Amino acid sequence: MQAIRQEYLVALEAEAIFIMRETAAEFARPVLLFSGGKDSAVLLRLAEKAFAPGPIPFPVLHIDTGHNFPEALAFRDRRVAQLGVQLLVRSVEDSIRQGRVVESKGPRPSRNRLQTTTLLDAIAEQQFDALFGGARRDEERARAKERIFSHRNEFGQWEPRAQRPELWGLYNTRIHPGEHMRVFPLSNWTELDIWQYIAQEEMDLPPLYFAHTRTVIEQGGMLWAIGEHFPLLQGEQPFEAEVRYRTVGDMSCTAAVRSSARTIDAVISEIAATNISERGATRADDQTSEAAMEDRKREGYF
Amino acid sequence: MDEHFLSAERDLLRIATAGSVDDGKSTLIGRLLYETQAIFTDHLAEIERASQRQGEVALNLALLTDGLRAERTQGITIDVAYRYFATKNRRFVIADTPGHMQYTRNMVTGMSTADVAIILLDASRGITEQTRRHAVLTALLRVPHLVVCVNKMDLVAYDESSFRPIEEEFGAFFHEVGTADITIIPVAALQGDNITVSSSLMPWYTGPTLLDALNTVPRAVARVGGSARFPVQWVSRPKVGAYDTRRTYAGTVAGGELRPGDAVVLQPVGLSTHINTIETFDGPIANASAPQSVNITLTDELDVDRGDLLSAAALPAVVGQCIEAIICWFAMTPLQMNGRYLLKHTTRTTRAVANALEYRLDIATLNHLPATALAMNDIGLVKLRTAIPLCYDSYTQNRITGSFILIDERTNETAGAGMII
Ligand SMILES: Nc1nc2c(ncn2[C@@H]2O[C@H](COP(=O)(O)OP(=O)(O)O)[C@@H](O)[C@H]2O)c(=O)[nH]1
Repeated sequence: MQAIRQEYLVALEAEAIFIMRETAAEFARPVLLFSGGKDSAVLLRLAEKAFAPGPIPFPVLHIDTGHNFPEALAFRDRRVAQLGVQLLVRSVEDSIRQGRVVESKGPRPSRNRLQTTTLLDAIAEQQFDALFGGARRDEERARAKERIFSHRNEFGQWEPRAQRPELWGLYNTRIHPGEHMRVFPLSNWTELDIWQYIAQEEMDLPPLYFAHTRTVIEQGGMLWAIGEHFPLLQGEQPFEAEVRYRTVGDMSCTAAVRSSARTIDAVISEIAATNISERGATRADDQTSEAAMEDRKREGYF
Repeated sequence: MDEHFLSAERDLLRIATAGSVDDGKSTLIGRLLYETQAIFTDHLAEIERASQRQGEVALNLALLTDGLRAERTQGITIDVAYRYFATKNRRFVIADTPGHMQYTRNMVTGMSTADVAIILLDASRGITEQTRRHAVLTALLRVPHLVVCVNKMDLVAYDESSFRPIEEEFGAFFHEVGTADITIIPVAALQGDNITVSSSLMPWYTGPTLLDALNTVPRAVARVGGSARFPVQWVSRPKVGAYDTRRTYAGTVAGGELRPGDAVVLQPVGLSTHINTIETFDGPIANASAPQSVNITLTDELDVDRGDLLSAAALPAVVGQCIEAIICWFAMTPLQMNGRYLLKHTTRTTRAVANALEYRLDIATLNHLPATALAMNDIGLVKLRTAIPLCYDSYTQNRITGSFILIDERTNETAGAGMII
């Protein structure tokens, strides 16, 4: 399949670039959250394009849960080196050591929720006033109602009933001291748009996003890779499967999907045919309740 | 979906919806998303569970658009929700705005960027005051295309004699307020008649289905047509080695077309120059139009800042500090005469004071009412004076250079939105 420059992708790209420049122009200390996942890789690509021929005028921040896929970390470091941007890493491990958060019990504790504290501490320490995130409105229904410039109060919380209207391209970027803004340039993109853009831009990605063979177990209808952060428990039956990841979060809370898609085009065809959402297929963190994401967002989650 | 679906050339169309509570807007959008396969099975399963909990037998597609917990528990829609779907030739963004009277602000928000507005009404109730309000708002916001869905045709036995008078009355009324193209479609959202498939129950209707109408409206080039406008958003001066190279001005084209060699004027200072090159990350290009995001270099070394405007030399924007604008007020605290606000217009922010309130608009009757303040959700004509000059066009000519927002500096709220006369 030939990647053609789609008019709608030009429009989505222009919108995202506009949002990034507004942020860089109107905030004192913006930062881009970069995890090494596909959405943040697209964000970084857009930042590269938005400020060229100049350099990207803000650092990137990774909240390291310690449960990362090594491939995502390698990709993170590779991109950061290519672009010459400053990378800041703040780790949940440190937050645990400092007693800011407590590791959950159990053989496979998830650190998903703990990272909110690490993130808010990093914001306070660095006095960031705007954080770019790669969240999309098609992911989840609380996100479908969130603004592109999403205000956070001094406790880092989202207040869905006090959102600012966004008219035309006129974003109100004003905040009081201690507050900050989460900025979502990919708000209007879908998973398929992200992949079509990756194809158009011939972007590099962590190999996790393409089919490969892994030792996995099946649990709750999902495939989990066995590894350092997801040990095999007694009685579980591991097996080899050809899989890929649709989202890349922590190893402890991101599941793989069966796939034979080894190229960007094959992934696009696969996604166009799927009927399960990416979070539904791969995220344990969203399955706990109907409002799981809404609750975490209110606490200050990404 | 097939390969053709993936490789076809597609454009982006923005839709905003309006309808009174219970006219069936959520059902209609749910139906549209469902039938264009924009809904994932796990999201469907979630609403199946929710439908059952609420004691419903059939799948309630309306639940798809309830985002927040308060909305689900109270069965109301609070906020604008954004939805996405695609067909072979178009990628759609729907801003789904709640229809309550008090949410004019949400509707204005959704309409501000829309290429098409869908207005919904209940066939058994006909055109109501709310319908008129919705229609007037689309006209004020200059949404170029209007699709009116006369819903719940099942309640009037799919009868042509119920539909035609509504069609006529709407056409006659709208003719007085707006210039948008109108398509009026009889539908039954619950059963899916005339949403994506022509209804066999209404053979007398030979027009397009809702989806056909959305697929074929010409994309609104007019919205940003006209003369060249380029608000400077970001100035970069790349260093190559130890040398400063020529400055480039980054921004998004806000009107017309730009080409190298074009005579332009830098506003508000009024200096004439020419476009030297138009660059993008992917290389130089021969022309740029809205909504492209580009870098421009000029043939002269001028002092250009964020907030300045490059305009076609033949037809520059108006430069001035006194403007008249239709303002929609959003804040709890009313717009006061002599009230001071921050005004954001394109990429320029300045202080502004409201000098005079000419009238308040009754948007159901279009009557001008005397007023001394604009309360939340009121709309009126206001005279403002700004601290520094704005470079603007009338909103009817350009939706980007003709619009602004007002910010309350104490609360940082977006207090109002303005459309320059
Ligand atoms: N008879 C009939 N009822 C409908 C139709 N469309 C929606 N409804 C019902 O009208 C009520 C309100 O619909 P809903 O979509 O929640 O309205 P909203 O408030 O505009 O979002 C619900 O009970 C729907 O089932 C239709 O085409 N025919």
